Amino acid sequence: MTASTAPAPFRVCPATGLKVNGQAEALIKANAVAATIFLLIGGVAAVLVLLTRWQVVHLLPADWFYRILTVHGMSMLIFFILFFEMAVLYFASAVLLNSRVATPRLAWGAFWLMTLGAVMVEWMMWTGKADVLFTSYVPLRAHPLFYLGVILFAVGALVVVGVFFGTLVVAKRERTYEGSVPLVTFGAITAAIIAVITLGHGAAIYIPTFFWSLGWMNVDPQIYRMVWWGLGHASQQINVAAMVSIWYLLGALTVGAVVLNEKISRTAFVLYVLFISMAAAHHLLVDPGLSPAWKVWNTSYAMYLAVLASMVHGFTVPAGIEAGQRLRGLTKGVFEWLRRAPWSDPGFSALVFSVIIFGFLGGITGVTFGTEQINIIAHNTLRIPGHFHATVVGGTALAFMGITYYVIPLIFRKQVAFWPLAKIQPYLFAIGMTVFSIAMTFAGTFGVPRRHWDTTFSGAPFDVQFNPAVDLVVGIMALGGLLAAVGGGIYILVTVWSVFFGKSIAGLSGDQLRALGTGLPAGILTPPRPIPPGEPEHRGLTRGTLVLVAVFLLAFIAYYFVNWKLLSVVWKVG
Amino acid sequence: MHTGMEAPRGIWWKPAHKAEKMWVLIAFGWCMVLFAMMPLWHLKGAQNPSGIRYRVDPNAYARRTYEFIRTYKIGEEAGIAVVEPPPGSDVYLLGRMWAWEPVLKLHKGVAYTLHLSSVDVNHGFSLSPVNLNFQVVPGYDYGLRIVPTEVGDFRLICNEFCGIQHHMMVGRVIVVDDSAGAAGAPGGGR
Repeated sequence: MTASTAPAPFRVCPATGLKVNGQAEALIKANAVAATIFLLIGGVAAVLVLLTRWQVVHLLPADWFYRILTVHGMSMLIFFILFFEMAVLYFASAVLLNSRVATPRLAWGAFWLMTLGAVMVEWMMWTGKADVLFTSYVPLRAHPLFYLGVILFAVGALVVVGVFFGTLVVAKRERTYEGSVPLVTFGAITAAIIAVITLGHGAAIYIPTFFWSLGWMNVDPQIYRMVWWGLGHASQQINVAAMVSIWYLLGALTVGAVVLNEKISRTAFVLYVLFISMAAAHHLLVDPGLSPAWKVWNTSYAMYLAVLASMVHGFTVPAGIEAGQRLRGLTKGVFEWLRRAPWSDPGFSALVFSVIIFGFLGGITGVTFGTEQINIIAHNTLRIPGHFHATVVGGTALAFMGITYYVIPLIFRKQVAFWPLAKIQPYLFAIGMTVFSIAMTFAGTFGVPRRHWDTTFSGAPFDVQFNPAVDLVVGIMALGGLLAAVGGGIYILVTVWSVFFGKSIAGLSGDQLRALGTGLPAGILTPPRPIPPGEPEHRGLTRGTLVLVAVFLLAFIAYYFVNWKLLSVVWKVG
Repeated sequence: MHTGMEAPRGIWWKPAHKAEKMWVLIAFGWCMVLFAMMPLWHLKGAQNPSGIRYRVDPNAYARRTYEFIRTYKIGEEAGIAVVEPPPGSDVYLLGRMWAWEPVLKLHKGVAYTLHLSSVDVNHGFSLSPVNLNFQVVPGYDYGLRIVPTEVGDFRLICNEFCGIQHHMMVGRVIVVDDSAGAAGAPGGGR
């Protein structure tokens, strides 16, 4: 290791043996704290939106409902998630590669630029100058500072991505690691590349729209929708790549999950880069401006090759856990590796629920609704937010929560506060989001619209009667959502308390940490034992996972064809 | 074997083991099925979002719609014209903040070309309770060949956010059966 050229100080992490750079650590902390603040804002907004859509309560008036819905979308999907991903990028580059950060001053400039942009956008939204929802479809018009804020935030994020690539170069030049970058870093690289593609779309649409809001030029509504979704959907694909990277990371930290085959996992990540931006088409399937051939080709990510990538990770992540457990002696039966896993480690439970909710609920519904024709019975109904709350919240956000229980002791060097609450937090959040997403998706099958203040349509010229089951289903959705909000609230409480008032564990040795006995995840207290060296026998190493993916595939096939059946009975249209 | 946090040394481009290879092949096969279903449905299925698609000037579209309303108007309801177009004709539906115009009276089993467009912002055509949804974009004419397959009194809700009174944007579509005589006269609205 030739870290002698690095000016910033390093410390050696007692749990993982990684060399942690001071600037990297500070940047991770700042971005994680910013992410949590926006999670809090978005979370409060979520509860307000939920209590309005639940017609029994119907909390907010119409103008505040759409305003708070805008706040919810921007705070969660853009600010919370991207700030967290910036932290992930610093971790995956500088920390995992034992390197310094390429240009720390630029990195801090980018952080403050992102913060400035986000504050501008929040200010515009809360003062009612941007009641245009997350998508801000032209010609709905917001205040120019709203668009400018988004642009500044995106430029800041783009600079961070640049610093990330620079750090990779620094690490390689200064030989801070041997061999190829770890799989987790590789996944983060793909997330960063997708971020460049995404932010490019963002610039291509928000800059003209900013000019349009100043009256300088025209923006075509259909072209806006196409390019905007190059940002809107593709940014969720940054999440997918970042989330899958965290799956591998959490697997490694909690149970010492192994990488079965680097070639397969890395190729799957590359498929994301190549095809995933095409998913903008998912939002344009019943639009007037595009041909069926364009829709079919793009919505399928060029013949579903990005879906293939997710299905591959859906196998390799649990299979890596299973193999890791079996190689450490948990070899009995088909599922001993899973039964005797550290279920009280919130990092592990969050990982498992994230994989299941993302795959079973988010993945299956996403591919089904993203089918050109099936979209006719899904577009803009509650089926769509039902789908993406499973992917982005039950999948990505839950994975981020899981890794936080390791970030607090490893990066912030604090004991996790309220440990008994922290242990049940992923369970509450996962159960709540599962109930919420399923009920929401189900309500959508009756044609209940998304983004709608009043589904009793008071004051409309004609009365609307939904299936009587809708009231019940929306009530269940509300209960699930509230349970998830409790889980999210516990997460924020635990995180904020640990970071600002938590007990420092800096400088404690492994034995001293173990002596604490609480407030630390199992993966740190009792790190996974090393695996006996040499190439293991692969026979039967992943048979439990094969059972799980077979169940997944059957569920997928069933849901997919049920939807074709539902479509076949509606009016003929062509 | 190593974890995803560790940098692999040497050459990691190695053949995959049997179980992993098998799953990749199965998943790939399923992806091909997913892909094939869409072109297949265009050939064999009766529900496709293809339509005839044109750019149109919003004002020109509005003029065309009002001419269509004048030609085939049979009544009025809640201040909105009720129109009964002849079988096989072009039907124009206009979305604006915050109403659908006109109310349509259609016949079961008869084909129409239903044109959708907006004069202001995006709207969402959502036929309830059938659950048939299309995006309505200003400046674009979406001409969908539709055949109502059931008799009834349907609602048209807007499912794309279009401003503060989005929830009041409700239209009506009545479908009658020729064989059952002149049933389903307008009425039943508020």
